[in-house]
Amino acid sequence: MIRLKNLTKIYGGTTAVDNVSMEVGAGEVCVLLGPSGCGKTTTMKMINRLIEPSGGRIFIDGKDVTEVNPVELRRSIGYVIQQIGLFPNKTVEDNICVVPDMLGHDRKASRRRAAELLEMVNLEPAAYAKRYPKELSGGQQQRVGVIRALAADPPVLLMDEPFGAIDPINREVIQDEFMKLQAAMKKTVIFVSHDIDEAVKMASRIAIFRSGRLVQYDTPDNLLAHPIDSFVADFVGQDRTLKRLRLIAVREAMTPNPPSVAADDSVETAISRMESHGHASVVMVGPHGKVLGFVRLEALRGKRGKVGEHYEKLTSVVRSDDNLRNAVSQMFSNDQSWLACVDADGLYEGYITQRGITHLLGATYRDK
Amino acid sequence: METLNFAIANWSQILARGWEHISLVGVAVSIAVLTGVPIGILITQSRVAADRVLYGAAIIMTIPSIAFFGLLIPVLSPIGQGIGYLPAVIALIFYSQLPIIRNTYAAIMNIDPALREAARGMGMTAFQRLREVELPVALPVIINGVRNAVVLNIAIATIATYIGAGGLGVFISRGISQTDPRQLITGAVAVSVLAIIADLGLLLLQRRLTPVGLRQS
Repeated sequence: MIRLKNLTKIYGGTTAVDNVSMEVGAGEVCVLLGPSGCGKTTTMKMINRLIEPSGGRIFIDGKDVTEVNPVELRRSIGYVIQQIGLFPNKTVEDNICVVPDMLGHDRKASRRRAAELLEMVNLEPAAYAKRYPKELSGGQQQRVGVIRALAADPPVLLMDEPFGAIDPINREVIQDEFMKLQAAMKKTVIFVSHDIDEAVKMASRIAIFRSGRLVQYDTPDNLLAHPIDSFVADFVGQDRTLKRLRLIAVREAMTPNPPSVAADDSVETAISRMESHGHASVVMVGPHGKVLGFVRLEALRGKRGKVGEHYEKLTSVVRSDDNLRNAVSQMFSNDQSWLACVDADGLYEGYITQRGITHLLGATYRDK
Repeated sequence: METLNFAIANWSQILARGWEHISLVGVAVSIAVLTGVPIGILITQSRVAADRVLYGAAIIMTIPSIAFFGLLIPVLSPIGQGIGYLPAVIALIFYSQLPIIRNTYAAIMNIDPALREAARGMGMTAFQRLREVELPVALPVIINGVRNAVVLNIAIATIATYIGAGGLGVFISRGISQTDPRQLITGAVAVSVLAIIADLGLLLLQRRLTPVGLRQS
């Protein structure tokens, strides 16, 4: 979708961007990551020709951008900046419709679209469409900034540290909202960031820049697991394996088809089931498979009667579509070495153990 | 009391002179807006040009008005307009340039660079940026410059009586030459009142023309 070929920008004697070649597939979020002055922003701004390249070429959908009139080019590419830049003299709605209005789209239709977009970022159109930017909080303004870039439905979106100035709590929320929008709209996104956590969260691929050069271009998990050199390793952080936890779904580390017992099973059945699986405990489920609690082998020894008379409550369970970071966090806070995994309806699907997680994370290192 | 009686007795003359005064200032400032605002916008493109133009406009301000009127006499005499309305208006146009150019320039330069960046990034042409964003945002400050120019010109236009351009200065110059405090005070008060009314009127206009999103709540 977007292809950079030997892209170079020289200012006076300094090379800001040095022979960068890369390709971003349609619908991907490519995060350009690096310390300040590494050339990531310059690279991005050459794509919509806010900065003219000194050398190399840029293709969008196979078309060389230097052959397109820059004004028309920019209208076909969404653009979001850190300082937001909403026009204070225009209402929220008119801000969103700036590009559609310039393109001569039907005013009513674009206002309707603006209302839909406002709803998608949880801003009630009736309350916000006619307000002015200064009446909105920073987080709300940047939500408008993002949907303004989407209003004319451009296939490509350029985002220059869009959430960098938002407070950390709001940043998480707005990132999640953007990911939801992106899942629905499948734009090809070039996203400049200096925050590795943000990059890991948003990116399909991360491009690490250092002094104008593209050092490594890889999927977040590969980047964290196999940094190409010490610079990348330092940049992604010593805790990079922990960061990978966020990228992996609980399901991947889960042991499926687990043994379970029901409330009216006898204690003997439970004991023999645990012994045959070599487990120290087993989950008790209801008639439809809902997780109700668990019993421990140690506690059942010498007891009689039904499992339902002896079970203990589970302090926590984890959704199998959640990420491992949240799962591990729950394990640590509850001092548990394993967690029961449930699906969206609370049905028992499997379990994860700390050993299983470390084994999974280690697999990528053993392969090499 | 005597002054009041004089004023009441000469009411129609005060209005006529007042109208001359307004016409001088009104025509001069209107033309000055048409020249000063574009100049103020143009010089935002070049630091050197901005420095020179603002310096030049500031020098004009230092010329004593009576001398300026005098300087225009030989220039305009060949077309038979050495004294009177035309040189007065021309001088006032020059005096208006500094506040209008300076405020326009400052207003445009002070616009948040993020607005320009966003506007450019979304594909606005330079003209669209000016019309849709920069001028609306700069307007309150520009009108402030116009207010300054108007008040300044109402004072300067008082001197225009000495080159036969009329206006409320007539009462003042006659009051001085005839040692008649009634005329002197009438003229001075009339000029002050006119300046205050014009200033308030433009303040109202400034508020009205300030985009709703930029108004102080």
